[in-house]
Amino acid sequence: MAPVRVSLDVNGTTYEREVEPRLLLVHFLRDHLGLTGTHVGCDTSNCGACTVHLNGEAVKSCTVLAVQADGAQVTTIEGLGGPGDALHPVQEAFWEHHGLQCGYCTPGMIMAAADLLARNSDPSEAEVREALAGNLCRCTGYHNIVKAVMAAAKATGRAEAAPPPPPGDPTVPVTGVGA
Amino acid sequence: MIPAEFDYVAPETLDEAIRALADGGEDAKLLAGGHSLLPLMKLRLAAPALLVDLRRVPDLAGVRANGDIRIGAMTTHSALVRANAGLASVAAATIADQQVRNRGTIGGSLAHGDPASDLPAVVLAAEGTIVARGPGGEREIAAAEFFRDYLETTLAPDEIITEIRMPGTEGWSFGYEKFNRRREDWAMVAVCALVRIESGACADARIGLTHMGSTPLRATAAEAALRGQPLEAGAIAAAAEQAAEGTSPPADLNASADYKRHLARVLCRRALERAAG
Ligand SMILES: Cc1cc2nc3c(=O)[nH]c(=O)nc-3n(C[C@H](O)[C@H](O)[C@H](O)COP(=O)(O)OP(=O)(O)OC[C@H]3O[C@@H](n4cnc5c(N)ncnc54)[C@H](O)[C@@H]3O)c2cc1C
Ligand code: FES
Ligand code: FES
Repeated sequence: MAPVRVSLDVNGTTYEREVEPRLLLVHFLRDHLGLTGTHVGCDTSNCGACTVHLNGEAVKSCTVLAVQADGAQVTTIEGLGGPGDALHPVQEAFWEHHGLQCGYCTPGMIMAAADLLARNSDPSEAEVREALAGNLCRCTGYHNIVKAVMAAAKATGRAEAAPPPPPGDPTVPVTGVGA
Repeated sequence: MIPAEFDYVAPETLDEAIRALADGGEDAKLLAGGHSLLPLMKLRLAAPALLVDLRRVPDLAGVRANGDIRIGAMTTHSALVRANAGLASVAAATIADQQVRNRGTIGGSLAHGDPASDLPAVVLAAEGTIVARGPGGEREIAAAEFFRDYLETTLAPDEIITEIRMPGTEGWSFGYEKFNRRREDWAMVAVCALVRIESGACADARIGLTHMGSTPLRATAAEAALRGQPLEAGAIAAAAEQAAEGTSPPADLNASADYKRHLARVLCRRALERAAG
């Protein structure tokens, strides 16, 4: 069967590859790009361990073909944090609040939670549980996961609500002068 | 689990997609969100030789509610939820989880013809239509003529659903009640109710049943029992008692046929109570 040429932006880098049409996105990420942070749990779209962001939306990459993601932007757990080793607020909060035990479900949990916070920066506990309904954890009982996501929402909210620095602060670059 | 080998094309126009589908013959299949088809292919329960992906065909996604409601076939469940278009959006929000809703589409859901899926009974109860294009042109199929049997519709193999149309909901109130145990499970039974209320009485009622037969069904006996009645608890309960009339639901691991009939009656009452406000 004819291979198909695809071009995907994964975590900010463009990859061009020839792939078999039947190659699943999760295998493209893990086996072709070596990004093994995305896990395969059930392989049947039930557990959410394989969750990545496709054009900014959480999807289960075991149920997406690599060819369907041609031309798309993909973010995996490896690309979620900031530059260098900076952690995403959800990653930070999972660490802080012990939101994992064995860690198998964790990349998918974090990607699903980050997707929620991008849509809803101030979720209720019920909304957090609803948003994580597609992600299964066999260890934690979910309690600390939910706690971590609530804490991440608060931390992000605080950062957003922080008052702007006072005028005249020398650390603020002055733009538009004389324009 | 890896699907069997297949060829793949992603045409850029509807006409090209129709041609690719026709050229591919009976071994060709359309691909929308892939959340019904790919699981079947991974289990090797389906092995099409060619997939024709609709993702690049323009103008197939979007919801317009302007009098009637028009939903593009490639509208994902999550986009339908965001559009806030009444019953269809409320039902779409109950489908599996956020990740599944971000991929699955209404066109794929109807074409798949699974009587356990949420949107088929909604389109049936709303007396909607399915717009399809094939080599011979476009036709509009009433939902009542669309679902033929378990996973079978009256769509021709070389036809593509482009749009789903439903009458406007002005003057109608609705309720949607679904029973399942985990978010990933399909409904054991679900009931949707649309009610037009005039001076406190039911002027018209349309009730759809999910997973109560090999196709989505209308609860016609319950509808008839409610028409003209005051919308109060007694009349609602009496009508809901007839929700399973004439059905022979498939028993499965989760529920016997009797239990499903029981669920249909209870869920019908709750859906009507919700619609009555
Ligand atoms: C874990 C899980 C749980 C789920 N739970 C539910 C649930 O509770 N309720 C529910 O309703 N659904 C559920 N679904 C199914 C989901 O909603 C599917 O996405 C949907 O039924 C099919 O849509 P799709 O776009 O993914 O179609 P695809 O899988 O791409 O296609 C399905 C079929 O339709 C055909 N097709 C697709 N688009 C068109 C078109 N425009 N014209 C003609 N034929 C077309 C395809 O050829 C194929 O035969 C679940 C799925 C998963 C994976
Ligand atoms: S591996 Fe994809 S949902 Fe479990
Ligand atoms: S931490 Fe082990 S599965 Fe969630």
